[in-house]
Amino acid sequence: MPTTDPPKTDGPILSVRDLHVAYKTGDGKTVEAVRGVDFDLYPNQSLALVGESGCGKTTLGLGLLRLLPKLGSVPKGSITFNGRDGSSVDVLALRKQELRKWRWRDAAMVFQGAMNSFNPVLRIIDQMGDTIRAHPDGGRKPSKKEIWERSAELLRSVRLEPNRVLPSYPHELSGGMRQRVLIAMSLLLDPKLLILDEPTTALDILTQRAIVDVLHELRAERKFAMVFISHDLAIAAELADRVATMYAGKIIEAGTARDIFYGPRHPYTVGLIKAVPPVVGDLPELASIPGAPPSLSNLPSGCSFAPRCEFAEDRCTERDPELDAITERSAGTTHAAACLRWEDVTYERKVVERV
Amino acid sequence: MTDTVVHEDPEPGKDRPAPLITLRGVSQTFKSKKGSLKAVDDVDLSVGPGEVLCLVGESGCGKTTTARMAAGLARPSGGTVEYEGRDIWSMSKQEFAAYRKSVQYVHQDPYASLNPIRDIHRTLVTPLRKHGMAKGRKDGWDQSAKLLEQVDLTPAESYLPKFPHQLSGGQRQRVAVARALSLNPKLIIADESTSMLDVSIRIGMLNMLGKLRDDLGVGFLFITHDLAIAKYFGWHGRIAVMYLGRVVEFGPTPQVINDPQHPYTKALLDAVPEPDPDLTRTKKAGGGLRSSEIPSLADLPTGCSFHPRCPLHEADTCDVLRPELEAVSADRKVSCHVVGRASPLHVPAPRTGGNGE
Repeated sequence: MPTTDPPKTDGPILSVRDLHVAYKTGDGKTVEAVRGVDFDLYPNQSLALVGESGCGKTTLGLGLLRLLPKLGSVPKGSITFNGRDGSSVDVLALRKQELRKWRWRDAAMVFQGAMNSFNPVLRIIDQMGDTIRAHPDGGRKPSKKEIWERSAELLRSVRLEPNRVLPSYPHELSGGMRQRVLIAMSLLLDPKLLILDEPTTALDILTQRAIVDVLHELRAERKFAMVFISHDLAIAAELADRVATMYAGKIIEAGTARDIFYGPRHPYTVGLIKAVPPVVGDLPELASIPGAPPSLSNLPSGCSFAPRCEFAEDRCTERDPELDAITERSAGTTHAAACLRWEDVTYERKVVERV
Repeated sequence: MTDTVVHEDPEPGKDRPAPLITLRGVSQTFKSKKGSLKAVDDVDLSVGPGEVLCLVGESGCGKTTTARMAAGLARPSGGTVEYEGRDIWSMSKQEFAAYRKSVQYVHQDPYASLNPIRDIHRTLVTPLRKHGMAKGRKDGWDQSAKLLEQVDLTPAESYLPKFPHQLSGGQRQRVAVARALSLNPKLIIADESTSMLDVSIRIGMLNMLGKLRDDLGVGFLFITHDLAIAKYFGWHGRIAVMYLGRVVEFGPTPQVINDPQHPYTKALLDAVPEPDPDLTRTKKAGGGLRSSEIPSLADLPTGCSFHPRCPLHEADTCDVLRPELEAVSADRKVSCHVVGRASPLHVPAPRTGGNGE
């Protein structure tokens, strides 16, 4: 199990500065789904992006690997990846061929909805073989035996039985098995950065637990950095060293998992946490956040959360607050909130009834 | 019904109002190419007015099949479903219509359960007209507006002319609940009705359903795979944990959640992540189970169907004899040889084994 405090390291593996992602809409306009995101991810850290649907989590994840759909673009910002050999890659400047190589080898993504990520008419061994062959080591073609062995080793690391899984077609596997195969495939080339989009959504509790266990083990063994996107705050508490809350395309609070869960300072984060029921223990008071997230094509002036916020004052509608450091720390673990009134925001879980 | 087994009252003890719906020894067998699948096997449950009964378990454990039988949407292959003490499948046409009116089903997916070419007003007014509850155009409109207010969709006038695609997932699900409420039901069967919604919207929805439960005395058969949701919504109610078609643990929600007895319930609770970084790191890998794979219904293990995964498994007992759901205390029941033996209520008695009946 990882500790809550992320390990100390030299430089960040990924630096994102003022990243914007825009989508073209039908009427020829563009809508910004990510509106200026900054963060540094250090080796071996795991960062959770949390927030409601439509807050820009998945768009940010796709943008980091330049996997945006055709209508999406990055009008502004920079993404720098610092490779294992000390080289620095400007991800946004990579050309098509370089980008293909960079993905999988240095950074890989596990998508939501495991079934859609497979070719349904290829056996698992052939899908894994394709990836290995597309990224030959030193230009040499790998033999069938090598492909089998490498695939089998990874499947064992996600606790699957290779002889059962490799000859199977995707539909012959359960949802949890497919998700684990995807995780194994994403690690075929030993990337240093893994992005997972809702890796456990739509899975049963025990299957979800198996995935979480596997991710804990793999991180301890292989030391990759991880960005994972989840609307489930409990999964974030379990898997993340650091948590960033997103709202209307911006990171509005960031900190260690303990900062966010025990001392959130942005009213939106507090609202999210107050809406999540814990399983064990007393019956807590839970409340929903009034209203709905704003439309990205018609954002309110000033702080985009202000119309839903119980702390909002006149000044909140006048300017959009920047992330303000609450506790300064190294290695990207500073606790910061983009709220003018963060000093007044506190969180306490009220108990309605005891066991 | 050919069932000759005499079933005891589905729940022991407690002064409870007369149940609205009672399932007695209900089973459902599906025919498939691989043979017959017993999706639900000998389930006893009941829900009274204003009560909440949560059915929890993994996919394929029979939660939805049980709910469909309780709603009269599927006919059980064994046992009886009673509404206010009468077997629904021997009711007259009129009685059956009254039962169907009183028991409403809210589905999981509000994108699929609302007719996309009907505006909200028509969605709500159709059942009212069909059951002769709306007198004229004006009355239909007013009643629909009132229903939307009950589910906190206000101002109702602005929602009535809209179509489902103009609403968010949470709003659609509220419309689905409003439609269920249109016939003044006594019981709502909610099948994973909140599982597709965002956290904050989900709590808003549950709080709204809670008001219906407390203010209107609507009973709930609440199906969820999420134990945290079951705990929150069903705190004053009871919970039935299902595994491979059978209820394996039953009792008051706070007790089952905080002091689980059956090893399967324990495993589920040991596996659920908590929204608390320190607490969640104390969770057990694999939920403490011996295997994470759920057996197929087509090829059920012998004896206790949980034994291949069970950490308490005892050879020659658990793999041979099927445990019955037995009381372990005044209001709790567990189906486990090992746990049952430790109970003060345990009566050692020879039991017939195997899966066949």
